[in-house]
Amino acid sequence: MSISTKIVDDLVANDVSFVTTVPCKQLAGVIEEVETRDEIFHIPSNKEDEGMGLCAGAWMGGKRPAIIMQNTAIGVTINTLATLTQYYRMPLPMIISYRGELREPVACQVEMAVHTKALLNQLHIPTYHFHKESDADELDAILKYTFMCNKPVAILTDASFWGGYGDQ
Amino acid sequence: MIRSEILKEIAPILRDELVVCNIGIPSQELHAIDDQPTNFYMLGTMGLASSIGFGLALAQDKLVISIDGDGSVLTNLGTLPTIGNNMPSNYILMIIDNGSYGSTGDQPTYAGMRTDLAAMAKAAGCENVIEVQDVDTGAKLQEVIDSGKGTVMVVKCDSGNAKMPVITMDPVIIRDRFMKAVAS
Repeated sequence: MSISTKIVDDLVANDVSFVTTVPCKQLAGVIEEVETRDEIFHIPSNKEDEGMGLCAGAWMGGKRPAIIMQNTAIGVTINTLATLTQYYRMPLPMIISYRGELREPVACQVEMAVHTKALLNQLHIPTYHFHKESDADELDAILKYTFMCNKPVAILTDASFWGGYGDQ
Repeated sequence: MIRSEILKEIAPILRDELVVCNIGIPSQELHAIDDQPTNFYMLGTMGLASSIGFGLALAQDKLVISIDGDGSVLTNLGTLPTIGNNMPSNYILMIIDNGSYGSTGDQPTYAGMRTDLAAMAKAAGCENVIEVQDVDTGAKLQEVIDSGKGTVMVVKCDSGNAKMPVITMDPVIIRDRFMKAVAS
């Protein structure tokens, strides 16, 4: 089974049925897989804070949401995470590609990578870092934890987890 | 008419519907005029009233009305293509367009100058877009509700705010009673 299939299987098994995505090369396989599932309503967003608004509404409407985005989005969404998701106490699994880590070919990506964990830590957002493929074994437990505590939770997936960037 | 006069006029129509209301003075005005468990008041996060209401409309079958402002839509313009390409029949985006940032001191917005939000919504793919004058809001809103079609309404009105108290209700209480109203 591909890792993208396993990730989406875990989403479906945890009743996640509303997924918004902002495109990412590393997460392209997951986004493609989300699109194929009948159990999931997939709606692409134009910006990550917009996506978090959609997720907040979907959750209040009775659906379990998730957002798929890049780590640069943490810089875009701090206000939304603090004043919407956390302030109203809403669950939100964030499956994040952790650009700018080992094997990164684009120098500018490192500039947000060095702030990513510090910002998540400052926001008191529970953060899990998938570096090896076996780290994804915890995804099921992480999703259960997210919907147990009604908090945004970050799952950072780096280049090593995805097996490098291929031809770039 | 200013926004609070419009909200007073349409309060009897809004009362039975799920309403997601924009941050700042719009929420304070709606809360003071007719507080209902079916109202979700935004206390922060400028720009996301349309997105929150849209996510809610996509997730369940009841009608959802987002009450947004021109300044807030301008800060989240990406919302219009998302709505235009995925519009369900149970969503109304009402943009109260008074050409100013009301909650911050009535500074002018570009929507009060050369920018046409109704034309932008159409260009973004929204099929049913109407621009209405303040005095016609109640009748037009009822028409849109009766039509059963997802619609973007741009309500042109005067700039100005009513003096209303800040909402002190805890956000988790606002959210919890709203979710109970959604589920009932």
